[in-house]
Amino acid sequence: MMNLTLKIWRQKDANDKGQIVDYPVSDISPDMSFLEMLDVLNQELIEKGESPVAFDHDCREGICGTCSLYINGRAHGPSTKITACQLHMRSFNDGDTIYIEPWRAKAFPVVKDLIVDRSSFDRIQQAGGFISVNTSGNTQDANAIPIEKHNADMAFDAATCIGCGACVASCKNSSAMLFVSAKVSQFALLPQGQVEATDRVLNMVKQMDDEGFGNCTNTGACEVECPKGISLENIARMNREYLAASFKG
Amino acid sequence: MSILDSKIPEGPLADKWTKHKNDINLVNPANKRLIDVIIVGTGLAGGSAAATLAELGYNVKAFCFQDSPRRAHSIAAQGGINAAKNYQGDGDSTYRLFYDTVKGGDYRSREANVYRLAEVSTNIIDQCVAQGVPFAREYGGLLDNRSFGGVLVSRTFYAKGQTGQQLLLGAYAAMNRQIGRGKIKMYTRHEMLDVVVVDGKARGIIARNLVTGEIERHSAHAVVLGTGGYGNAFYLSTYAMGSNVTAAWKAHKRGAFFSNPCYTQIHPTCIPVSGDHQSKLTLMSESLRNDGRIWVPKHKKDVEAIRNGSLKPTDLAEEDRDYYLERRYPAFGNLVPRDVASRAAKERCDAGYGVNQTGEAVYLDFAAAIERYGKEQAYVKGLNVDDKALVTKLGKEVVENKYGNLFQMYEKIVDQNPYETPMMIYPAVHYTMGGLWVDYNLMTTVPGLYAIGEANFSDHGANRLGASALMQGLADGYFVLPYTIGDYLAHDIRTGPIPTDTKEFDEAEQKVRGDIDKLVNNKGTKSVDHFHKRLGKIMWNKCGMARNEKDLKDAISEIAALREEFYKDVFVPGTDNEYNEELAKAGRVADFLELGELFAKDALEREESAGGHFRDEYQTETGEAMRRKEFQYVSAWEYKGQPSEAVHHKESLEYKNIEVKERSYK
Amino acid sequence: MSGILNSSIGRKFAMALSALFLMVFLLQHFAINILSVFSPDTFNEVSHFMGTFWVIQYVLQPVLIFGVVFHFVMGFVLEYKNWNARQVGYAKTSRSANSTWMSRNMLLTGAVVLAFMILHFIDFWIPEINTKYIVGDTSGLIDPANTESGFRYYEELVHKFHHPLRVGAYVLSFVLLSLHLLHGFNSAFQSVGANNKYTKGLKGFSKVYAIGVPLGFVVIALFHHFTH
Repeated sequence: MMNLTLKIWRQKDANDKGQIVDYPVSDISPDMSFLEMLDVLNQELIEKGESPVAFDHDCREGICGTCSLYINGRAHGPSTKITACQLHMRSFNDGDTIYIEPWRAKAFPVVKDLIVDRSSFDRIQQAGGFISVNTSGNTQDANAIPIEKHNADMAFDAATCIGCGACVASCKNSSAMLFVSAKVSQFALLPQGQVEATDRVLNMVKQMDDEGFGNCTNTGACEVECPKGISLENIARMNREYLAASFKG
Repeated sequence: MSILDSKIPEGPLADKWTKHKNDINLVNPANKRLIDVIIVGTGLAGGSAAATLAELGYNVKAFCFQDSPRRAHSIAAQGGINAAKNYQGDGDSTYRLFYDTVKGGDYRSREANVYRLAEVSTNIIDQCVAQGVPFAREYGGLLDNRSFGGVLVSRTFYAKGQTGQQLLLGAYAAMNRQIGRGKIKMYTRHEMLDVVVVDGKARGIIARNLVTGEIERHSAHAVVLGTGGYGNAFYLSTYAMGSNVTAAWKAHKRGAFFSNPCYTQIHPTCIPVSGDHQSKLTLMSESLRNDGRIWVPKHKKDVEAIRNGSLKPTDLAEEDRDYYLERRYPAFGNLVPRDVASRAAKERCDAGYGVNQTGEAVYLDFAAAIERYGKEQAYVKGLNVDDKALVTKLGKEVVENKYGNLFQMYEKIVDQNPYETPMMIYPAVHYTMGGLWVDYNLMTTVPGLYAIGEANFSDHGANRLGASALMQGLADGYFVLPYTIGDYLAHDIRTGPIPTDTKEFDEAEQKVRGDIDKLVNNKGTKSVDHFHKRLGKIMWNKCGMARNEKDLKDAISEIAALREEFYKDVFVPGTDNEYNEELAKAGRVADFLELGELFAKDALEREESAGGHFRDEYQTETGEAMRRKEFQYVSAWEYKGQPSEAVHHKESLEYKNIEVKERSYK
Repeated sequence: MSGILNSSIGRKFAMALSALFLMVFLLQHFAINILSVFSPDTFNEVSHFMGTFWVIQYVLQPVLIFGVVFHFVMGFVLEYKNWNARQVGYAKTSRSANSTWMSRNMLLTGAVVLAFMILHFIDFWIPEINTKYIVGDTSGLIDPANTESGFRYYEELVHKFHHPLRVGAYVLSFVLLSLHLLHGFNSAFQSVGANNKYTKGLKGFSKVYAIGVPLGFVVIALFHHFTH
């Protein structure tokens, strides 16, 4: 069992200035997940009649991409290739002080406490993250176009992005390049994605810029912190796609 | 005749859907622009329906409680999606998929619906590939398949262990295209809190903006619920934390019948509960049972020794282990269907053979598979098959290739290395086959109110086969609802926009505000989670894997008492005009507290064992489920103010194209 | 195409192109400077050629000046935008856990190199331009009146490496340039979209370049400082 000091960002709403508040927690089992540890804190706060800490979470198995905590200076905490909900308290020691902050980016405004608004990600996808094919039941047979396994696998690897925003949170520039490039790459690697490739990359990058994300300076922090290990190669691929599209368009 | 009209078209089974599509009314493209449809939930069913209806030209308003439609819990489905493509040439067909699904559902699903599901399954794969869903492929560039429990063919399409994610992102992309075009208006972080019924038809919803707390009125010509299952009534489950029954339950209270609530799927391979702090259970893919052997110690003294740490499971001799699935079901062994495997684990643990501190865990052991694969590899590579260290090393590599990410996930959570020591698993609530009663058109008993995906009851009977949930969600959303809803909406082309300033909207909004005020101002002493956990315990202990009359009767009274206590003593911090997760949770738990009672009532009424519903009183001499002919019907409950007063309706099930047989896996 | 510099990727692309150009220039500069260690005469001849050949003076020199100015200006523009993209910072960060110091401090290392460049311009380029185009002496001789006096380039070079403080500043600048290049070399390839098996093979070379070339300049400086 562990006793910890939590330093948590509290912010009542989008207009509040916000501040770090200290909370001691005790009797934390190393088998708890990080979010379960926050549940314990919240139950204590509720019992005391105080406002519980608001944080985003849903599936708690590392796939929905909802949880978004910047823990001790790192997105999703000290371990790699996991989300905050998969982080367990055995990664910490008795007596530790843990900073818990929301994702920080102009394009991710704070909603409350540790919750941020990531709808900018949705708008980027709406700008072109799709293949324009209507549901009809008459599309050609799924096996009509063979796809080289290597490309199919790379497309899958890019497509595993969970849209959590850890890349933006970790990037010193708050750049969304890894996120956007994952979707651009998925389609760039598949024959189905070729038809709209030019417009897709131009529109998605434009939306990304309009949302106020920073530039990529290739520090690679995003790749290290990405829970799904999305590769930096995707960013290079998007750069190629974008430049080719720019010269073409 | 029952008041339930399933509206199944006449004619031979294989022609019903085609004939129906030819017969129903259509709405012309110009008129579709005049029609609004509300879709609640953006998982596979809701998301695909929203996209398709918008493509067709309807004005869609979509709602989800998550911060993005991409986060619906369909995303967590691992294994795959079934389709009768017969790409493997192993004799698969629409009929076989239909047959397997009906049999797997223990003959408690509707023939015509299941056949249609099997029929459109192939379109789903075509559509998803066209959308850029990166399914797994073979070296020849064609799609790969894997096999799943309970069937004899290989028809499951997959994208590693993230099939649900890839399919959902496909539907999300299709939605995004329509959101970008303005054909879908997306309301995220919104929770539906009531259906508005005007002149007997569903004409809108009351929703709460979860960020600001505002109560909003939204009108439409039809309302579609794709809001998933209600497994979180058990508190601990593999569902997402936010998954809830509220939308379906509010619809139920407005007149939609609720069907077969007691049919719950308990998945055999989940990571066991580690302590009281646990908020959620994690599923380990069913595919693990292909290579893992399930066992507990044969003798109690070894159980004790393992629990207190003085004996390592790897040190226990073969003859002291009880591979109980292989013992009881020699033909299917570790690959029996989910309901059977789950009950067998419970039986051993109840008898005192559980291997962890809580006594609720069995081993899933890969040592034999590692040795088998290792020897195979050593032989192929011309190495010494008797070199134990080498064989183990090679075997681990093979196992890592197949299940690496699952093993890693297990190690992250449990902090034990499953390559070295057997995994511990225990069953957990995973899916609910029951849901809102719908007819062949997926319409509930409230005209204009539809239920799709897991939210309805129709296709899986008493037990769902692996890889069929994704199939059903997408079938409903992409290929069924978009046709059938037109039949209803064809009558609404001259209706014009539905006003929201009517007395029906006033009344619904007042009711929602009243419920919220009650919760916020209750000022009790106990948190929402306190009640939710207690409800979960009742559900798990008395309505879980095995049920009996006494327990169910106890459950009914205990849940009713707990509900009363909840309204007396629940404490919801904060106010109703801010982001307040406790308030949202309180509303959901309030509904679970009603549903839970109906659940137990339904289980009590069903005096037989079928699929996920097992009654201790109705089992064969060897402890297998005993189905009873007189219960070959769908239960549909009508709300009458209290769960205890719910009125029971029956839709009898007829099987004309399939012979109703005993399910045996011996 | 016209609006490419309005996009984040376009700006980075332009940044990378100017960087690649500057890296070629730096290598060329180094190749000539190292001659001063081995053969003052060859160094003088090559320097004179570079200083008087019209293609270099009127075509490449303006391109170089543009490249340098563009790289610096764009560097600051990008940094401003990046800074603007996060208006509330973190209370605690552990950046060293996921990225290198070099990659995070391109502005710092770049600014020091810029300061050095200004010094370098004052030291060499401005007197050079003054001599050649204001005074009008394109002879390159120490004493333009005396054709026997020899070229002035080597003398000037040696003279500048006399003062230890100047040499110290010079060495420090090149250490920071090395750090700048350790990240910048590969980053430029990534920005133009090249991240494949070939660029992975380039990683070793990039280290050799990023450490070797600045080290070479340092060796030249120290050589002249201690041998004269």
